[in-house]
Amino acid sequence: MAVIRDVIPAFELFQPATIEDAQTLLARYGTEAWVLAGGLDTFDWLADRIKRPTAVVDLSQIKELSGIRSAGGGLEIGAMTTLTEVVRHPVVREKYGLLPEAAEAAASPQIRNQGTIGGNVSQDARCWYYRGGWPCYRAGGNICYADTPKGMNREHAILDADRCVAVNPSDTAPALIALDAQMVIRTPRGERVVNAEDYFIGPGTDITRMTILRPGDLLTAIRVPSTWAGAQFYFEKVRDRNVWDFALVNVASAMMTSGSTIEQMRLAVNGVAAHPVRLKAVEAAVLGKPRNEETAQLAGQLAVQGTEPLQHNGYKVPLMRNLVKRAIRGVVGGEAA
Amino acid sequence: MNLIQWAQSPWGERIPIHISWDLLWAAAIAGALFLIAHAIYVGYWAKPVAESQPDSKLAAAAARVPERVARHSFGARAFHWVMAASMFVLLFTAFLPKVGVRFSWVTIHWIAGIVLTISVLYHIIHATFWLDFWSIWPDKQDILDASRRFQRALGKAASPTKKFGKYPLENKLFHLSVLFAGLAVIFTGFFMMFRVRTPFFTRNPYLFGDMTWGVMYVLHGLAGVAFVALIMAHIYFAVRPEKFFLTKSMIFGWISRGKYLEHYDPERWPIDEGLSEAGQSKAPEVVI
Repeated sequence: MAVIRDVIPAFELFQPATIEDAQTLLARYGTEAWVLAGGLDTFDWLADRIKRPTAVVDLSQIKELSGIRSAGGGLEIGAMTTLTEVVRHPVVREKYGLLPEAAEAAASPQIRNQGTIGGNVSQDARCWYYRGGWPCYRAGGNICYADTPKGMNREHAILDADRCVAVNPSDTAPALIALDAQMVIRTPRGERVVNAEDYFIGPGTDITRMTILRPGDLLTAIRVPSTWAGAQFYFEKVRDRNVWDFALVNVASAMMTSGSTIEQMRLAVNGVAAHPVRLKAVEAAVLGKPRNEETAQLAGQLAVQGTEPLQHNGYKVPLMRNLVKRAIRGVVGGEAA
Repeated sequence: MNLIQWAQSPWGERIPIHISWDLLWAAAIAGALFLIAHAIYVGYWAKPVAESQPDSKLAAAAARVPERVARHSFGARAFHWVMAASMFVLLFTAFLPKVGVRFSWVTIHWIAGIVLTISVLYHIIHATFWLDFWSIWPDKQDILDASRRFQRALGKAASPTKKFGKYPLENKLFHLSVLFAGLAVIFTGFFMMFRVRTPFFTRNPYLFGDMTWGVMYVLHGLAGVAFVALIMAHIYFAVRPEKFFLTKSMIFGWISRGKYLEHYDPERWPIDEGLSEAGQSKAPEVVI
């Protein structure tokens, strides 16, 4: 399909100064409105003329959406805070080192300077059939071109595929799940706070969306509780090009130990399904067990149960297994324990 | 409002992908308007229908009619309720996501579809080989009586009509509508299962061309929204006071002698002389 990249079709640009004004605009334009954060996801869609909103609501002028604040013993990160700000923030680095590590793994420095944490967790799937404008399930059609006998699906899902096999590309999403973060959403009916793991949805629930955000909703902030402050963290991202690429698989974990015994753990992976996957069965299985090779083996085997690789992404199964094993083994000060 | 949603295939062809989901609301509104119009008509304008029935025949029939007249066997009732349950599951799983209720619906949907398919296959075989297959199809008398009732409704003179056989014309027409819509969803739904992951088939989205698939999705959707209106009408008639004895018969299997003699023509719906009150009918039986 020919993709035209010369001129972005015209749209009405709004730059509200408050969340309320933004919501008014979103309510006015409904499904014809497009929320613009850092623009890294948006401008591909617009330049390729695949998404043609009537109105673009640019959130960059809303001051209250930016910045990192203390809240309830933890942190509240405005949705428009850039990934670079997250990476550099001293408290985030000191207490929640998992998040800056994940944020720093996203894309390139230039993109992190522009890209926001809200945009990173809310970005759309990167399946090239979908992004290419083909009428697939996710685009409202009735076929998944990636899940066909000759589909190119090396980067696609091995878990929870339901017609669509696209994956969630976010690096910060599994880290936020591991940190038990909460998403603050402003809806037309008021504020709603949901756990990070419930923010993401799979194609079985809504095949055209990656998150629970509906037209008119805004992600305003992400709250990171103090629960896991100072815990032992592990983040690893495997990608084709280490300088700049989406994850083939990434893993994020937060762990609390007593001696060598695992007392608490939260573990999530991404790049394997249309939503980041919290591995609750693995978390339960390793509790009370020593943090050793045997437990890592057990966790790795358990993590990949139920995977269903496609023609070209079978490698993701051992990759996910090994990343989970490495998360259990853990790192201390950046070196393997 | 577009009836069909179109898309451009990777090969540049304009292809249908499914119906416009606005049709769901159109079907629901049409169904609701029909119910309101019917309720107003019955409440304010409808006149009692004069029906011919020689007294001697009525007396003779009454003499041999048991207290309880079997109408639906256990098998037929079980089919009806299994079909109803599967139909509700199918409609809820199909349309709730379209109105914003999010849940993982695809697996539930195709499992309910299989239940519906098996129940319909059972019904077709049962009705074809064990029941009077033609009893549910409109016959000449139905058309004639319908024409007379219509003329009378318009204030014109018309000959008296006969009482109904086991199934009134409305019942037969409803069955016919359900038949076409049901076969459409089952036929298209069967092939659509090749597009999702099930234990039964190897996925093959290229089983048909894009246009054929598109037509299938459109047919499936059209039949689906038709069912919304059909089922609204069905439930409405099931709870109307004058029809409620029929609803009870779909639970208990029988109607009373009084209702039988009041509404049905013993010549068109003959009662087996050897019929017991336990309720095993050998009379034609189709369930809708």
